[in-house]
This record gives sequence, C-alpha cells and structure tokens, in this order.
Amino acid sequence: MSDKSSDSPIWEVFIRSKNGLSHNHVGSVHATDKEMALQNARDVYTRRAEGTSIWVVLSSDIAASDPMNKDELFEPGSDKIYRHPTFYDIPDEVGHM
Amino acid sequence: MYTQALNDPANKIANVAEDDEEQYARFMARIDADEKIEPNDWMPDSYRKTLIRQISQHANSEIIGMLPEGNWNTRAPTLRRKATLLAKIQDEGGHGLYLYSAAETLGISREEMEHQLITGKARYSSIFNYPTLSWADIGTIGWLVDGAAIMNQIPLCRCSFGPYARAMVRVCKEESFHQRQGYEILLALCNGSDEQKEMAQDSINRWWWPSIMMFGPHDTDSTHSDQSMAWKIKRISNDDLRQKFIDATVPQAHFLGLEIPDPDMKYNEETGHWEFGEIDWDEFKQVLAGNGPCNRERLAARTQAFEDGKWVQEAALAHANKQAARAASKEAA
Ligand SMILES: [Fe+2]
Ligand SMILES: [Fe+2]
Repeated sequence: MSDKSSDSPIWEVFIRSKNGLSHNHVGSVHATDKEMALQNARDVYTRRAEGTSIWVVLSSDIAASDPMNKDELFEPGSDKIYRHPTFYDIPDEVGHM
Repeated sequence: MYTQALNDPANKIANVAEDDEEQYARFMARIDADEKIEPNDWMPDSYRKTLIRQISQHANSEIIGMLPEGNWNTRAPTLRRKATLLAKIQDEGGHGLYLYSAAETLGISREEMEHQLITGKARYSSIFNYPTLSWADIGTIGWLVDGAAIMNQIPLCRCSFGPYARAMVRVCKEESFHQRQGYEILLALCNGSDEQKEMAQDSINRWWWPSIMMFGPHDTDSTHSDQSMAWKIKRISNDDLRQKFIDATVPQAHFLGLEIPDPDMKYNEETGHWEFGEIDWDEFKQVLAGNGPCNRERLAARTQAFEDGKWVQEAALAHANKQAARAASKEAA
C-alpha cells in the first residue's frame, strides 16, 4: 500500500473448508477493520458453503521466507535420507512396521 | 477474450532484453518444467506487466459484465429467475474481486486499477458494450457469453502464474451454473409461444457475432500471442478456442430449434468442424475503440458507482482509525 492511496488495507483470507481440516489460504480482501474483513471474506469466498471457519490477517503482518533463500532454507532437508522410514532395512519376516 | 486489447499492437510491451539473462534463463526453465511462478519469485518485467494488464482487464470485464444483466433484475419473469439472476450477478462481482486480488500480488493497487478502468486506460471485453433489449438476452448471455468465457478460462487454470491459475479454478467451478441457467431460459422460451420463440431467435441474431468476436483477432493478427504462449499465460490460440466454441454451440442452437445468423455456416464431414463466415472485424475494432452501442453508458455507470460509494469508504476508514486510536489510548492509560 502506498501512503497516498485511499485504498483500505489488504487482509489475507484463510478458510477451514471442513471440520477437522486446517485453514487454507484462498486470496485477499480489502477492509478497514477486522469485522469488515471477516464479512467481506464471507461474501467473496464462501458463497457456496465453502467453509466452516474464516481467519483474516493483515497482509502487512505476515512474515514470509524469501524465495531467493530457498536452497539454504530447504536444501538441508533433502540430503538427510535417514529421516525417512525407508532408510532402514527390516527383514520381511518381522511383518509390517 | 476478456482481455482482447492485449492483441492491440498500439499497446505493445517492451521485450525482455533489459533483464538479466541468467535469471531469465532460470525463469524460462521453471516455466518449461510447468512450475508455477509465485508473486515473490523473480520474473521479467514484461511478464509482470503482461499479467497485470491481462488480469486487471479480466477483472474489469467481470465487473462491467454485471451491468447488462443488472438491467433485468427488476423485470425477471418469476421469482425463481430473479433469485438466479441475482446469484449469478453476485458471482460475477466475486470473480472480479478474486482477479483484482490476484493482480494486486504483482504490485498494482486496487485504486490504480479502478482509476485505469474509469479513465479508459484499461479495457474490458467488447461484449459488454452491447445492450440487453429483451429477457431472452439474459438467456443468450448465460449460454453464449458465459459459454465463451468458460472455453477461455478452463485453459487459464493451467496458467504459469499461481494466483491467476488458482483464481481461475475457483471461477470455473462457479461458471457452469451460469451457462446452464441461460440455456434453460432459452429452452423455456423456445418451448413457449411463437412470440417467445421469435424473441429467442432475435436475441441470438444480435449476440452470435459479438460472442464469437470475444475470442479476439485471428491468430495471424494477434500480436502478443506468441510471447504469452511461451510464458504459458495463454495455452490455446484464439482461433482454436473459437472453433471449439462454435463446434459446441451450433448443435445446442439446433436443439433449441434456432438458426445461427450465418448463411455460410456448414458442417464439414471430413474435419468434423463447423465452418463459419467472415467476422466483421471493423465492428470489433469500433467497439474496442469506444464506439460500441453502450460504451459510454457502461463507463458512466461504473464511474457513478465509484463516486457514490466513496463516502462509505471514507467513513469506514475514519471509523476504523477512531476505534484504533481509542484502543491505543485505553492501553496507555
Ligand atoms: Fe465470471
Ligand atoms: Fe459467469
């Protein structure tokens, strides 16, 4: 948002589609406060009962990882194959484990 | 389609040259591997500009598209039709908002997009500059205009830019009711009195050609197509989409007992395609240039809605600021 803009702030919208699932990001809305953000999110993203719960959060309050740092953040995860169950040999006779 | 003006050579976008070659090569490798590009990823400036223009024009089309249909809100023939029409128009408003929100992730503000629309800097689909003269037009719009939009939007679900592709998935899920309710209106008219059937035929006579113009110029005259194809923003060419649409709709017209207003329309047994006559590109250009039957009316209505709604936005913002200040001073006390 630039300071000369009369746009209201952007809120990111997260919806729990069904009981038991986690909230997923679906898009954003403009609103001047949380109540309006929730109402707008309901009107824009749940016209066909797509949700059982909505979270809204100011876009400017989200901290995100930088895609340029993808390698240093996530690469260490892929060379530690001993973190996966298939790394370990267990004889078939033992049965399912 | 909803973004026909992209084909306008006057709006030509600078090429990639200015961007770092290595980064561009990496970007293209991701595109070729069918990876999605997300808002914070590196992208060439021209890719960003093309998307901002395409997505905002698409959004504008959804928003302006509510106007011709809104014309019949108070005159729908039954309560069932009225509830349907209101729900459909509300969906179109929602589509506009999903799309504005996708465009905002590229760094353009909602306010700027609104400004570009009402000052005529950004376009919207030519189809919405035609008037809705009869109730049958509401049926024809659902069947043909939403039908053409669906043809265009399904491949966009695989577009390389993540937020646009995801908005399209949501839109496509909602569109199929739009087309079916339109065709159902025409079915009722065509099974009704002679006057009702005539009304349906008159409506198709007026909407057929503008509908097939929605797919934009022929591939040979379409300026940005190659680049957009390479970037996987566009995945099927204008002419291929148009042919697909015609092959699907001609039999549907015949089922209604209606004629397509094209004397050259004939079925080619060998290719399995319907062959059609010459499109009046002059009319298309005139409507895009602002000289269609309703261009001025549409922009005036949008401008008025924007102006009339301003005080609400300002009041809401003032209220939110006051509440926030009050909460802050309470905390300090
Ligand atoms: Fe739509
Ligand atoms: Fe629609």
